[in-house]
Amino acid sequence: MSTSSVLVLLGAFSASAVEMVEALTIVLGVGVVRGWRSPLIGVGAATIVLAALVAALGPALGSVPIGTLRFVVGALLLAFGMQWLRKAILRSSGYTSMRDEDEAFRRERAEAASAPSERKAGLDWYAFTVAFKGVLLEGLEVVFIVISFGSAQGRLGLAAAGAAAAVVHVTAAGVLVRGPLERVPETAIKFAVGLLLTSFGCFWGAEGAGVDWPGDELSLLAVLGFLGALSFVLVRLLRRQRLALRPSGAEA
Amino acid sequence: MRYLRAFALFWWDFIVGDDWRVAAGLALALGLTYLLTHNGVNAWWLLPLAVGTVLAGSVWRAAR
Repeated sequence: MSTSSVLVLLGAFSASAVEMVEALTIVLGVGVVRGWRSPLIGVGAATIVLAALVAALGPALGSVPIGTLRFVVGALLLAFGMQWLRKAILRSSGYTSMRDEDEAFRRERAEAASAPSERKAGLDWYAFTVAFKGVLLEGLEVVFIVISFGSAQGRLGLAAAGAAAAVVHVTAAGVLVRGPLERVPETAIKFAVGLLLTSFGCFWGAEGAGVDWPGDELSLLAVLGFLGALSFVLVRLLRRQRLALRPSGAEA
Repeated sequence: MRYLRAFALFWWDFIVGDDWRVAAGLALALGLTYLLTHNGVNAWWLLPLAVGTVLAGSVWRAAR
């Protein structure tokens, strides 16, 4: 397996794991308050929609010329990757708060408890729609990442397998813990995924534009190293700036 | 109309995110790379440099 195939697998797995942890929190919050039948049907319906998207878009992209595909996919991965990386840098440097799964779970549970009961098609409509929307919206980004990664590298099956493995792992962990997975280091994973997406975006975007990378696939590792080092420096600088701006005498 | 607006806003937020300047900078860098490589310059260095500059600018603005 080549370096880029390993990175594709890792990227799809990690991106899917982070998004599924967030989806799990939503489904758990609704399920423990309003019962499991309707939210689980919502999860099933959203999974079918997401799988249909992968099945429809994946093969369709196979007919697009590889240069054009890599240019478009590179641009998309850069857009997603920069969002993840930016968020992770701001969280790691303390400028925005870390995501707290336990807090999100409690908020979701409180909302589920206060929402009115309405039955449609034999389902608790609130529980169904919240679970459906939660899984669909969190899963949509994963679908785009899987399709982009898989199609540009010609390894759609590998990327889909990575994402599916993450779904199985997160679901199994959720069933075992019976609560939100607040110990998953989401910011660290987001950092790694952001770096991977941005690096692949640079590599494929430039290649699609006609660039001939020196060292071919080895350049991908160089880009990854460059962006990783830059992100590390940015976190350090921002932390220092935040501490310098804090009023004297304030505790950490 | 309300649904169309919500649909457009969803995709804008999904692809562009919190800082439109990042998306604009990336589009410009990709366009420049295309132009340079099609005029005989193998501009492999441009995109990583542009990404680094755009990222640093964006987090710096957010932290101000």
